[in-house]
Amino acid sequence: MGADLLVMMFGVAAGAVSGLFGVGGGILFVPTLAFVVGMSELHAQATSLLAIIPVAVFGTWRERATGRVDWTDIAVIGLAAIATAVLGSLLADVAPQRVLRVGFAVILVWTALRIMHGVRWRASRASAIDPSHGGD
Amino acid sequence: MVEATSTRHHRSVLITAGALAGLVSALFGVGGGIVIVPILVGFAGYDPKRATSTSLAAIILIAIWGTLAQGALGNVDWRAAALIGIPAMLGVTIGIAIKQRITTARLEIGFAALMIVVAILLVAT
Repeated sequence: MGADLLVMMFGVAAGAVSGLFGVGGGILFVPTLAFVVGMSELHAQATSLLAIIPVAVFGTWRERATGRVDWTDIAVIGLAAIATAVLGSLLADVAPQRVLRVGFAVILVWTALRIMHGVRWRASRASAIDPSHGGD
Repeated sequence: MVEATSTRHHRSVLITAGALAGLVSALFGVGGGIVIVPILVGFAGYDPKRATSTSLAAIILIAIWGTLAQGALGNVDWRAAALIGIPAMLGVTIGIAIKQRITTARLEIGFAALMIVVAILLVAT
């Protein structure tokens, strides 16, 4: 019962990350299912996919009023992802996982640093034009 | 003519974002939104808040497909998915409320921090 409550709490946290950043929430779902529920990595990842559906549907429904989404764009992204997911699952068994993981991690960190740099650059430019905007 | 070219560019960025997201998520089990959002912002001129909304909607399709494939293999635990996924619906409301109240700059910094956390987890596990 205590474990169930912990799983539910991580569920809320995963949902918050999902709504805030537009990610699926697998980043928290998978470790929770693996380490709290005690599932294998494969079962945790598979179950995480199902758990993501209500979150993404509900989140998208909540955001419908903002008029931010273009359904054609979404369909193109989703269909392209499905096509390569099939390819990826075939590659998963034969690909050098360690090398790919490290490579992807390096790209993520590099991109993150560029985003941070871009935000600071825009903030400094805004404050140079109008000093009252410096303290964002 | 210029418009046709920019539409083609826009479409190819979307395909690239989706293709990379699908590949990475199949390989590592993470990486739908973490890939889609920065590509939409960096290469398709999306506002960060709109990029996150678009990414979340695209993830519906990706997750449905993944669940069908994994469900057919018998790897999906429905009870556990409900236990974690239903509370997450409350969480998503909280996350969206926060997003609507913070500046785009803060959202971008937060996203960059999330990318670094994902990078660490990828290497550590």
